[in-house]
Amino acid sequence: MKSLGSIRRSFAPWNDPSAKPYISFENVTKVFGDFTAVDNLTLHIYEREFFALLGGSGSGKSTLLRMLAGFDEPTKGRILLDGQDLRGIPPYKRPLNMMFQSYALFPHMTVESNIGFGLKQEGVPKAEIEARVAEMLKLVKLEQFGKRKPHQLSGGQRQRVALARAVAKRPKVLLLDEPLGALDKKLREETQFELMDLQQSLGLTFVIVTHDQEEAMTMADRIAILDKGNLMQVATPAEIYEAPASRFVANFVGNVNMFEGTVAAREAATARITGASGAQILVENAGDAAAGNTVAFAVRPEKIKVSSKRPEGTVNAMQGEVYDLAYLGDMTVYHVRLDDGQVVKASALNSSRVTDDPLTWNDRAWISFQPDAGVVLTR
Amino acid sequence: MSTWTRFNIVSVVLGFAFLYLPIVLLIIYSFNDSKLVTVWGGFSTRWYGELFRNQGLMDAAWVTLRVGFISATVATVLGTLAALALTRYTRFRGRVLFSGMVFAPLVMPEVITGLSLLLLFVAVGLDRGFFTVTLAHITFTMCFVAVVVQARLMSFDRSLEEAAMDLGAPPVKTFFQVTLPVILPAIISGWMLAFTLSLDDLVIASFASGPGATTLPMKIYSQVRLGVTPEINAACTLMIAVVAAGVLIASVVNKRREVQRQRDEQAALRLG
Repeated sequence: MKSLGSIRRSFAPWNDPSAKPYISFENVTKVFGDFTAVDNLTLHIYEREFFALLGGSGSGKSTLLRMLAGFDEPTKGRILLDGQDLRGIPPYKRPLNMMFQSYALFPHMTVESNIGFGLKQEGVPKAEIEARVAEMLKLVKLEQFGKRKPHQLSGGQRQRVALARAVAKRPKVLLLDEPLGALDKKLREETQFELMDLQQSLGLTFVIVTHDQEEAMTMADRIAILDKGNLMQVATPAEIYEAPASRFVANFVGNVNMFEGTVAAREAATARITGASGAQILVENAGDAAAGNTVAFAVRPEKIKVSSKRPEGTVNAMQGEVYDLAYLGDMTVYHVRLDDGQVVKASALNSSRVTDDPLTWNDRAWISFQPDAGVVLTR
Repeated sequence: MSTWTRFNIVSVVLGFAFLYLPIVLLIIYSFNDSKLVTVWGGFSTRWYGELFRNQGLMDAAWVTLRVGFISATVATVLGTLAALALTRYTRFRGRVLFSGMVFAPLVMPEVITGLSLLLLFVAVGLDRGFFTVTLAHITFTMCFVAVVVQARLMSFDRSLEEAAMDLGAPPVKTFFQVTLPVILPAIISGWMLAFTLSLDDLVIASFASGPGATTLPMKIYSQVRLGVTPEINAACTLMIAVVAAGVLIASVVNKRREVQRQRDEQAALRLG
């Protein structure tokens, strides 16, 4: 059986028509002054899902999170949590907790008091608070740091305190606003996996806001791509990468080559696209593109092969010149300038230590790809 | 400064002399045995004894302390509220006018503040005395508190309050459990500033005060007009000592806290 990308686990309530969404944004609009931060957006998130809101600055992703937490109210539309309309419910009465980008640890309290703060507000007995705080400290491996103040901790430790504080009340939903933004790269990668394990072991619904596509791809079950307050696509990481819905999504996530052209002929599974220079390519995954449509065929760099001779048995091959190349160790990235002027990015995995087809700057080269190496984009 | 040139030394000495010579002179003469202020009659602490037996001066000192304490406390509450209003509700009607009016007393000549308060007290028929001095001091120190607290609130991370609310604390609890403890140092400095300003105010107190509510600066000023007595020198020396001690303690505590914080942060960095 063929599948788009690797499958992490068989959890896909969004494909089950009988599944009820846990969080729903229904035609939500948020206007600040004359700026529309979120524009008539509908989105469903399921229980126990790790859901990422991905977008650049001003995409409306943080506004969505803040509306869910209760810090902002939608101008229009409604937000449902487990079937309940959240309008008018203040943040301190919502059964969800948030981990802030700045961590927002209370500077005048010890780590223990920070973690126990939410339980104290609920009026939980003191002994129980202590037990729960100890459990949380253990969960985030900070047992020896309970008596410290936040400024006596490193960035990574603070991040874990913020996380412990946010899950101490055992909320149904944990909201994470750029949770790893302030960490360095190595720590960030470690923490990504820790967060995934935590989400699995606690069985929580996570909604994370991030501008880092790698972070979203690594952690999330599904990703919502946002741009200027609009939803561009909601799909699994593999679908987003291998079957982007539009040019915007294809460009936003990862690298991509766009072969622009007009559909010359359309058959059931395949289409023939004529480029501006007259070169023709044969493609699959043509979707609803009809003859005469202006489309782009989006191909990821790793699906393009670079060789010094025209490879045999390949339908789509174009000639050009190696214009730039970068050797990264595990792979080599080629920039090939085609004879019609387009620069094509291709990357080759260095799966053996030596190559029998060495290419260097200014060499004539062929690029080639299979008809199913990409998708046809009409938008 | 790595090198001490002759020019540097001279300018430092002259500068310090300009600032501190009068004060040093006053302190020295407070230990003068002679009754004549300008003639040195040997070392003595007799004027300090005299000072504590001078009921008029002691009464004035007591009035000053009470006025300072009450006015600083009320001004701190009002000033903090004003600062909160100015930083939190950035879009209410008349905000510019309000902030202008809160801060006007900072630059208003004291004579004008004092005179206008006097006119007001007379107009509403308030008998001038302890109450009116306190009221006047609240009026003019409140804006200083507002400035100090507002500066702190500007750099206050609002997400702290959001985090508290997110964890289940309603707005009032959030204010007392999170906002207030975090801005408390600024509020305390505001109080101390208000207290000090009230202690050494002469002009406004002279306008707003009445019989039975003479503050220490007023008392000293009126006595000096009859001729400087060594007792006054002693009283002033004590005031200098109190203020200097306050400033010294505050800066040492601050410095220590700063050093401790830096040490903690470095330790945290090493731990990774």
